[in-house]
Amino acid sequence: MADQHAAANQPLPANPEKATLEGRNKYLGFWFFLGGETVLFGSLFGAYLGLRGSTEGAPGPDELFHLDLVFIMTMILLTSSLTSVFAVINLKRGHFKKLLVWMWATVALGAAFLSFEIYEFYEYYHQGLGFTVSAFASSFYTLVGTHGAHVAFGVAWITTLLIRYRKSGITLSNAPKFYTAVLYWHFIDVVWVFIFTVVYLLGVGG
Amino acid sequence: MSNSSTSKKSVLWDWLTTVDHKKIGIMYFFGGLFFFTIAGLEAMLMRIQLMFPEMSFLHEQTYNEVLTMHGTTMLFLAAMPLFFAFMNFVVPLQIGARDVAFPFINSLGFWLFLFGGLLLNLSWFTGGAPDAGWTAYAPLSTTSAGHGLDYYIMGLQVSGAGTLMSGINFLVTIVNMRAPGMSMMRMPLFTWTTFVTSMLILFAFPALTVGLLLLMMDRIFGGAFFDVAMGGNVVIYQHLFWIFGHPEVYILILPAFGIFSEVISTFAKKRLFGYSAMVFATMIIGFLGFMVWAHHMFTVGMGPIANAIFAVATMAIAVPTGIKIFNWLLTLWGGRIRFTVANLFALAFIPSFVMGGVTGVQLAMSAADYQFHDTYFVVAHFHYVIIGGSVFGIFSATFYWWPKMFGYRLSESLGRWFFWLFLIGFHLTFFVQHFLGLIGMPRRVASYLDGQGLNEMNFISSMGAFMMAFAFILLVINVFVSRKNTDDVQDPWDGRTLEWATTSPVQEYNFAQTPLVRELDAFWHEKQFGDGRMKAAEPLDDIHMPNGSILPIIITTGLTVASFGVIYSTWSIIILGLLINFGAMFVRSIKEDHGYHIPVSEIKREQGEGK
Ligand SMILES: [Cu+2]
Repeated sequence: MADQHAAANQPLPANPEKATLEGRNKYLGFWFFLGGETVLFGSLFGAYLGLRGSTEGAPGPDELFHLDLVFIMTMILLTSSLTSVFAVINLKRGHFKKLLVWMWATVALGAAFLSFEIYEFYEYYHQGLGFTVSAFASSFYTLVGTHGAHVAFGVAWITTLLIRYRKSGITLSNAPKFYTAVLYWHFIDVVWVFIFTVVYLLGVGG
Repeated sequence: MSNSSTSKKSVLWDWLTTVDHKKIGIMYFFGGLFFFTIAGLEAMLMRIQLMFPEMSFLHEQTYNEVLTMHGTTMLFLAAMPLFFAFMNFVVPLQIGARDVAFPFINSLGFWLFLFGGLLLNLSWFTGGAPDAGWTAYAPLSTTSAGHGLDYYIMGLQVSGAGTLMSGINFLVTIVNMRAPGMSMMRMPLFTWTTFVTSMLILFAFPALTVGLLLLMMDRIFGGAFFDVAMGGNVVIYQHLFWIFGHPEVYILILPAFGIFSEVISTFAKKRLFGYSAMVFATMIIGFLGFMVWAHHMFTVGMGPIANAIFAVATMAIAVPTGIKIFNWLLTLWGGRIRFTVANLFALAFIPSFVMGGVTGVQLAMSAADYQFHDTYFVVAHFHYVIIGGSVFGIFSATFYWWPKMFGYRLSESLGRWFFWLFLIGFHLTFFVQHFLGLIGMPRRVASYLDGQGLNEMNFISSMGAFMMAFAFILLVINVFVSRKNTDDVQDPWDGRTLEWATTSPVQEYNFAQTPLVRELDAFWHEKQFGDGRMKAAEPLDDIHMPNGSILPIIITTGLTVASFGVIYSTWSIIILGLLINFGAMFVRSIKEDHGYHIPVSEIKREQGEGK
């Protein structure tokens, strides 16, 4: 296996994230993991769709949801996916400083999204939508909350990477780590697009 | 952590920190065997209770707990880990790899399984085990008193996380780590079935994760998913459970299909008949396995159209399964068959499993299922496929790979006693249960009345269970008395696949030089057309190995402690557990581990001893 310090002195290959067997294993393993995550969210969406009409007198989607807030959240998360794409472009070009800057931008946008979500849940709670008031409430909080927990984990993960490798430069051992973190970030972004459509748009319009 | 394998480590520390797939395989084997014994004893308690009508050997509540834990333990903690034992030990060898793709995650997967299983069984000592059946249907499970069901939820979440990790590890190992020349269509069938099984694990287990999560939300956090008064819907749980549960059945049978393919081909001394048909049949079974879950819910009231679709899809699975059965028969046809214990189990599997398959098609007829549903007919059916298929597969693999795993051969004569007693006991126990079901005996009920024609068959069934238990004791005795059979362990069966080209016991690095694969049944090919040794694909060089680590156990301990906190809704314990868990994960992610190298001189010395 390539020693990271030795590797740092040599020119990096075009795809540093897949240059070693370890990197390729991480890359492929992570795609499989995202396959499992897809089933996880699919199941949560299924449960939500089965229960979204069961408001039982407690506030329902059309009373609660404000599309302007959710639209801002969506834009923030989509932009964070874009910044993470810029990060990967710089990873492949070997521009370490720019990689760090774009990743920090991704983290900042993720944190902004999370604060909006916490505000949103806080609002709903004060409008009478506790977790236990109806089957709709339970399934809404579980689906959107599981996504939020994924965002929070992603923020913590990328922050750890950024602090751990703040001075190391791009190496064959950390390139796959940045790359899989970005894959994960895209995945939770895609899940949010589905939540935006199925939960919010359908909740207000359908 | 030590920097080299040569420095002295205590044996215990070595096993606790190992990331060697072979040692992890052996730990899975004994972990699985431990839970198999417990679940077997639970089965015996039930058969004693049902030996005579209106027995009061077990209290009704205890009976419910015992039957729940028997099913849960057998499926999640015995059968699956026992297959994982062989997958871990054998698959890297079969594809000519030095290790799995993720040794650290492999070890983490094992500890999660073990601690999850122990957490679940802890419920016996803390006021009662789960009592809602292995399926834990809501609202029975959401309203069950005490903490039994909470242990069920958290125990299965912990061990399920481990299973998912192992599945991903096998997938990447098989895709990325194959030796030169080992194309996908040259892989041994056991490796193929491991691959498809891992796919099923990957796509099935998350549905269980969600099902358990929703149960947890309802039970512990006051959610309303399955509370009909609050607009909940209990059928959602059934769908989630069976979207996981039916593929789970194939997770339990496909590895056995792989084992039988290896064993039958080896002991018929013939290449497996219809290799590519076997591969594609495996894939089709895996695919259809996701299309049929609602056949468990025919009586729920989904309506005739949904019932018909799921009935037809279910029957369609008989086609690829039939292809497999005929391919095994045609492999045997004209072969030089050796009736070793491993092969006896494979041969007994064919008729036993076909019987389970036939009752499966019967049950698939949704109109008739209203009659069979929740009777002993269903119990007989799934024990025929799970014992006649999975358990026979596990026993066959035990006798087949034992010399490679442990460096000695199990006694064949004692093994034959074990085989015949177990086979007869198995059919005695479960054959009569078809008829018990047809004349109306419901499953999961602690007793039955006298004078209803149920007495004799229940007594026969219990006697069969005693025979199986006695046979199992013979297996345990065999493990101890055969220790001196250390001759002829390297390739005792005249094997065909790469694992038999290694030394017994296998060196830490598996192959001194990565082998070059030239044909299907790679080792057999070299015996027939080469000099009986694998050609090397690389020059002899230092071998890089990963370091062991204590972190998997610490991560697992943290997660188990946190789960314990969830069971008792105690935030301080939850936070403590999560701190341990994430702390260890953090250490893992910031600490660079470069592994170590085994020098050529040491490899040469060991190879000299091995030959
Ligand atoms: Cu099924």
